[in-house]
Amino acid sequence: MTLAEKIIARAAQVSAVRPGDIATCNIDLAMAHDSSGPRRWAPQLEALGAEIWDASKVVIVSDHYVPAVDAESAAILKLTRDFVRDRKIGRFFDMKGISHTLMPENGMLKPGMFCAGGDSHSPQGGAFGCFIAGYGASDMLAIIVTGQTWILVPHTDRVIWDGAFGDGVTAKDVMLHLARTLGMDNAFKVIEYAGSAVDTMGMGERMVLTNMSAELGYDTGLIAPDAATLAHIRAHGGVVDDAALDWRSDARADFAATHQLDAAALVPQVAAPHSPSNAAPAFEHRGQRIDQAYIGACVGAKIEDLRMAARVLAGRKVSPGVRLLVAPASARTTEIAAKEGIISVLLEAGAVLMASGCGACAGMGAGLLAEGEICISTTNRNFKGRMGHNDAFVWLGSPYTVAAAAVAGHIIDPREILADAKEIAA
Amino acid sequence: MSGRAWVFGDKIDTDVLAPGALMKLKPTELAKHCLEAIEPRFAKEVQPGDVVVGGFSFGIGSSREQAAVSLKVLGVQAVLAKSFARIFYRNAFNLGLPALFFPHADDIAAGDQLAIDLTGGTVSNLTTKRSYAVAPVPAQLRAIIEAGGIVDYLRVRQGGKR
Ligand code: SF4
Repeated sequence: MTLAEKIIARAAQVSAVRPGDIATCNIDLAMAHDSSGPRRWAPQLEALGAEIWDASKVVIVSDHYVPAVDAESAAILKLTRDFVRDRKIGRFFDMKGISHTLMPENGMLKPGMFCAGGDSHSPQGGAFGCFIAGYGASDMLAIIVTGQTWILVPHTDRVIWDGAFGDGVTAKDVMLHLARTLGMDNAFKVIEYAGSAVDTMGMGERMVLTNMSAELGYDTGLIAPDAATLAHIRAHGGVVDDAALDWRSDARADFAATHQLDAAALVPQVAAPHSPSNAAPAFEHRGQRIDQAYIGACVGAKIEDLRMAARVLAGRKVSPGVRLLVAPASARTTEIAAKEGIISVLLEAGAVLMASGCGACAGMGAGLLAEGEICISTTNRNFKGRMGHNDAFVWLGSPYTVAAAAVAGHIIDPREILADAKEIAA
Repeated sequence: MSGRAWVFGDKIDTDVLAPGALMKLKPTELAKHCLEAIEPRFAKEVQPGDVVVGGFSFGIGSSREQAAVSLKVLGVQAVLAKSFARIFYRNAFNLGLPALFFPHADDIAAGDQLAIDLTGGTVSNLTTKRSYAVAPVPAQLRAIIEAGGIVDYLRVRQGGKR
C-alpha cells in the first residue's frame, strides 16, 4: 500500500484499502479557523441540539479576520472566542498566526494521523507524514459531531526530485513548476514527494510542497517521515516514537504515476495572473513592473521564508514607488526573526511589518490592491479578485523572487541579486 | 424540472464564485456577486432551476462553502462539469446541490434548456433534443442529497440515536 492508503486503512480500522473504495475514517484531529469554523457551526449545532464528539481533538485558530479591521470582523472574532469557551475546545490560538503554521509549531501533527482541516491548505501538514485534507464548513460540522468522515480512497501520484537545487531555487519554484506541468485537475488523488532533493529540504520547505498540493487540485500532499521530521516534532513539544518512521509507502506500492525530475535543472519561477499554473522561469518576465511586493501567508512567511527575503534585502532598499509588506506566518516567527536580526534587515530595507495572520492573502485583511495595481506575492494563489480589486494583478514567486522584485521595482531572476548578496548571520 | 444553461469555461474558482473580500456578507447578499468577475449578468438574471455548466476543475481553490451556497441561494438546480475540485464537490452535495461529472459540456450552448434526472442518471438537452447518460452518484452522496443536505442528514442520524 501507499502511505496514504496505510493511514486511511488505520483510521478506518480495516487491514487494507484500495483506490476507489469508500472508507469511513475516525478523525484524530479536526482544525477550523474563524472564517470556516465556529461562526458557521454555532447556529447549526444549536439547531441540531448536537454536541462536539471530542472537544479535546478540536483546534480553532483565529487567523483570517485578525486583527479586526471593522465591527463585523470584530464580531466574528468575538463569536469565535465565546464558542471556544462555551464548547470547551481543546486548543485555541487567537491572533497567534496562521493555522497551518501553528499546528506544526506546537508539535501537533505526527506521522500516521488522519486529520481534517476546515481550510483548503490543510495539506501543508502532510509534510509530517499525516493525512490531512481540507473540508468545507458543513463537512466539518459533520466531522465534529460524529468524529468521522467518509473518503473515496485516492490514487497516489509520486514525484521524485533527485539531485540538488541550485542557489536561489526553492520549494515554491518546485510547486509553481508542477502547477504548470501537472496542471490543477488532480482531484481524488494524492501526491507524495520523495527523492534526494526532498530529503535535504528542511521542514519549512517541505511544508511548501504539501501546502501547494492544493493548487494542483490533489486531495492532499504527503512526505514520508525521516529523522528531520521527528526532530522537528520533538523540538516543538510533540511526543513521537521512532516507530513513526514506519509510516511510508511500500517499495512495491501501486502508484498511479511516477514523475522523476532533476532538481538541478529547475530555475526560479513566477506565475502570471490569474492562475498558479501560468508559471514560467522568472527571467522570461524580466522587467514586469510592480506596485506592491507581499511576503505573507502560511506558504510564504515562515521563518525560512523571512531568512530568504533578508538575504536579498540585506544592505539594499525597496525601490521607490514600490511598497513591500511583510506579514510573518506566526507571532513566534516574528519573535525568532527579531532574535536573528531579520526584522531589522527588513525594516532598514523599507519593508512595512504587519500582524501575523492571513492578511492580504485571503482578501480579508489589510494590504489589498486597487484596480489595475500589480503585486508579486509569496502566497499560493493568484486568482482574479483574491487580493483586492477584481482588476488587480497578482504574480506569485518565492521569497527570493518577491524580495528581488521589491528591490528592482520589477520582476527579475533573484539569482542576479543573490550572486553578490551578503550573507546575514543565520 | 428543466432550466436554462449558463456555460462557463475551465477552472471556475472559488474566488469568482464567492469573492473573499465579501465573505462577511450574508449568503443572500454574497450570492449577488457570484461569478460577477467573469459574467456580471449571471447573478442578476439566473432563474431558479437554471443549470451551471463548467469545464475542468470547477470550484478549484478555497474550501469556502459559500461558493456552493451562492449557487444554491440563486436557485441553481445542479452543476454539470467535466471535473470538479474535491472540496467543492463535497460541499455541493452537503448543501443539497447535485454536482455531476459531465464530459459533454462542450455540447451545451448558453441558454439551452436542460432537464436533469438524478435517479435515472440522464441529462437531456431539450433545445438540441440530445440526451446523455451520466455516471451514477456514489451511494453516500445520494443519501445526503435525499436528506436535503448534510445538516438534515445529521438531524436524521441524531434523531435516530435518541
Ligand atoms: S495565509 Fe492564505 S492560503 Fe494560508 S490559510 Fe490564510 S488565506 Fe489560506
